[in-house]
Amino acid sequence: MTDPVLSIRDLSVEIPTRKGVVCPVDSVSYDIAPGEILGVVGESGAGKSMAGNAVIGLLNPPARIAKGEIWLNGTRIDQLSGDAMRRLRGKEIGMVFQDPLTSLNPLLQIGDQLTETMLTHLDISRSEAEQRAIAALQEVGIPGAADRLNSYPHEFSGGMRQRVVIALALCAEPSLVIADEPTTALDVSVQAQIVALLKKLCRERGTAIMLITHDMGVIAEAADRVAVMYAGRLAELGPVREILTSPSHPYTDGLMASTPLASRGKSRLHQIPGSMPRLNAIPDGCAFNPRCPYAADKCRHDPGPQGAEGRAACWFPIVRERTA
Amino acid sequence: MDLVKVKNLSRSFDVSKPWLNRVIERQPKLFLKAVSEVDFDIAERSTYALVGESGSGKSTIGRMLVGLLTPSDGNVEIEGVDLAHETDAAKVAAVRADIQMIFQDPYASLNPRWRVRDIIVEPVLAQGGDTAGLAERLLEQVGLSAEDAGKFPHEFSGGQRQRICIARALSSEPRLIVCDEPTSALDVSVQAQVLNLMSDLKDSFGLTYLLISHDLTVVQHMADRIGVLYLGRLVEEADPDTLFSDPKHPYTQMLLEAAPRLDAFGREVTPPEGEIPNPIDPPTGCAFHPRCPLAVDRCRTERPELREIGTSRAACHLAE
Repeated sequence: MTDPVLSIRDLSVEIPTRKGVVCPVDSVSYDIAPGEILGVVGESGAGKSMAGNAVIGLLNPPARIAKGEIWLNGTRIDQLSGDAMRRLRGKEIGMVFQDPLTSLNPLLQIGDQLTETMLTHLDISRSEAEQRAIAALQEVGIPGAADRLNSYPHEFSGGMRQRVVIALALCAEPSLVIADEPTTALDVSVQAQIVALLKKLCRERGTAIMLITHDMGVIAEAADRVAVMYAGRLAELGPVREILTSPSHPYTDGLMASTPLASRGKSRLHQIPGSMPRLNAIPDGCAFNPRCPYAADKCRHDPGPQGAEGRAACWFPIVRERTA
Repeated sequence: MDLVKVKNLSRSFDVSKPWLNRVIERQPKLFLKAVSEVDFDIAERSTYALVGESGSGKSTIGRMLVGLLTPSDGNVEIEGVDLAHETDAAKVAAVRADIQMIFQDPYASLNPRWRVRDIIVEPVLAQGGDTAGLAERLLEQVGLSAEDAGKFPHEFSGGQRQRICIARALSSEPRLIVCDEPTSALDVSVQAQVLNLMSDLKDSFGLTYLLISHDLTVVQHMADRIGVLYLGRLVEEADPDTLFSDPKHPYTQMLLEAAPRLDAFGREVTPPEGEIPNPIDPPTGCAFHPRCPLAVDRCRTERPELREIGTSRAACHLAE
């Protein structure tokens, strides 16, 4: 197996508050290999974005990394200084956020934004940067790329803006792209275009992508492996087909069952009682125990095994006959 | 028996620049046609769903149904009364009381300074009804507890707030509830709870829903009949089984193909071409023709009418 691009080891993020320390990410570990799309799913408050922000060093104080290690291409990056981290962002790690308007500067033409990024991170001349900017826009499927270099962000539609953001994330040829809900603000047909684009770029360039989303459908179509998060902990991690068709953590199982599906017809949807606990009120033991149909005494006291590749964070994982 | 009849409904918005700009720049007035000539009926005790992408006019139709917007042309008849043109105030008031609405964002649609009890009974108070114990009873019906009536909205999570919105909509004992993206702001597990609650209430109160959503899976699960909108026009209407197994209109086919599926691991789809055109200046003929893989010359010049094909209706020259 090739060395992973990104390796997160036992990462915890904590936020000190007046009422004590809360822990939005709790002992999470996962790897992403080159050319792989790792889907990170969870409901709001599961800590999936917080983990992504920790990797790129954009945690808003007072949030901070409490323990754990983040390795990027064999270098430990969680202890880098602000300056060194800034050089790394954009160069080694590209980012795509949910709202394309907030990630583009409304006062700068997109050509300038692209060339500025490349001139900062790569040792190339301005004219070469412009050539590359045109190539990058063509690659993400913007028609008439050369003419659109002088356009401002507001002249593009939502889907086109997200393409510009992807071009911007990829223009310095990073080895890892973190895409945080890249399609949530977009319509279904445009979402399909953006997902197809991410898959194509990942395959052609061997870029590793960390795809953070709450949409199981997007994960099923795009991701190679999936990490399911619940209340800051990793519930389950594994190949996407395995996790989605035969989940072993009761939370994943409930989540899959509560998604409306054509094949289920009009019957009542399965529902998980209650909702995700607030960060300041995460229950003792396994965080899922108050909502879990299989919870036993043990689950209420002891958090159980840590989630890892092929191992659910559960005392009583669901075991199924493998159908395939 | 049809509770709602929508005939030839249109709505345009004036999006012109201010008068002085128009005079100096010699520009004419600009109108955005959000809804054009939409026809459909909603049978009593059924769920009619409107689906479409952003800008397709689905929310505008919902707002016209409850009377938050007036139609530019055409009419909406509810219980046989045309709210925009009826002159008898008593008749209008009687029908108004039968319509309620649930909005997308449960954070924006509850007044943060009001207690839950006051929020829930407001529709009844406005009509001068008796509100003793009403809020407590409704809260229990939507799965919250009676003690919650004294709390403020900020003490509840998103899913619980949406339950409060539903309780408020139920308080005046309406017959029709317009639900504008009721679960889009909610997480999957909470969405399932709210959808189940909506189905249960429909049965126990004999409600009729107009469900507005962009999420095809939600629509398929809930609806008895589905209308697909594109650029303000109804392009296809069918029952869910027919629509999902045998979509007639190329736009519906594209939507179904593009929607992410849970069982489609690593599916390679050719993503749809293009985006929704600018509604101020829609394409001639069929509005979908620039993106349609089947488009012929006729589609560019002549706008297809909605015609019946089997049990569905579709607006396409080539559909059969």
